[in-house]
Amino acid sequence: MVAEEQVWEALAEIPDPEIPVISLVELGVIRGVEVEDGRVRIDFTPTFLGCPAVEVMQTAMAERIRELGAEPEVRVLTDDSWSTDRITPEGREKLREAGFAPPAPREAGAPTLVQLQSQAFRCPYCGSNDTTLENIFGPTPCRSLRYCRSCRQPFEQFKTI
Amino acid sequence: MSERAELLLAIADDELVLGWRDSEWTGIAPFLEEDVAFSSIAQNEIGHARALYQLAAQELGTTADELAFDRKPEEYRCSELVELRLPEWERTIARHVLYEEADQARLEQLKASDDAELASLAAKIDREEAYHRMHAQMWADRLRDEPRFVTALKELRPLIDTRNGHTPEFTELWEQMTEVRRSQPAGTTW
Repeated sequence: MVAEEQVWEALAEIPDPEIPVISLVELGVIRGVEVEDGRVRIDFTPTFLGCPAVEVMQTAMAERIRELGAEPEVRVLTDDSWSTDRITPEGREKLREAGFAPPAPREAGAPTLVQLQSQAFRCPYCGSNDTTLENIFGPTPCRSLRYCRSCRQPFEQFKTI
Repeated sequence: MSERAELLLAIADDELVLGWRDSEWTGIAPFLEEDVAFSSIAQNEIGHARALYQLAAQELGTTADELAFDRKPEEYRCSELVELRLPEWERTIARHVLYEEADQARLEQLKASDDAELASLAAKIDREEAYHRMHAQMWADRLRDEPRFVTALKELRPLIDTRNGHTPEFTELWEQMTEVRRSQPAGTTW
């Protein structure tokens, strides 16, 4: 019989396909796990709806559950109850170490261009706030491009969702 | 078809078709940053379309892919604004500005809907669209005094709510969009 804890441990070993330094559990996208009679149900939320890694992640989770000898069911939740605030403190630290600035906290209103153009974003390499917005968009939907004027290094900023 | 399904399809069709049009800038945008931006926006719009089609598909007993790619051209409900092929940068930006403005108003209504599932999906979409709106605003500010941009805004604005029939450009796009699925026999598993 599979225990819920084993499922969480197994999921914690699955890296994010696009930022492999962080696991799906650290990314906070696993919303819930239910174990019942050899069946495991995982509720999962994509960071962005257009994330091309959604299916890769679903398949990886299903495979790990089968390896535990249980039958998986992965539900994709597309509601607004997930935010980048759910990335764990360990996950944020790993992102920073890998050169991705972690997201700013979600506020009630949507983020604005003025905020993004402000110097409230810290460079993950040198810690300076002297950074500028280069592009609202980046190599994946969840990231923006910034430039640090202090250490002259471009870096990626996780968008707040 | 219920009013809800019709509404979901109209929005999903807008997002799918606009996503295809935006993706036409991949590789040929005026500069690299905009190549990245329009490619990313296109990807988001198609992601929104998928989520909206999925919601409609549950109600209609079908799948998101079938709704996106297996309908006849006349069954699509997108507005003429998103159908046009706009290879001129100022017209693409004008469409972007007009669409994001109209989409925001639509999302505000949906977020206030009694339909909890729809309201919550709209809220998630809206959080992503906030970044598209910033991008549109940035360009609108840059081009504000550019006569070609002003003309494009004036010319395209009436098309936002034009949903009776389709432009010839839509039929061409439909051919491309559905070509792969139409090339396989019915019942093919994808």
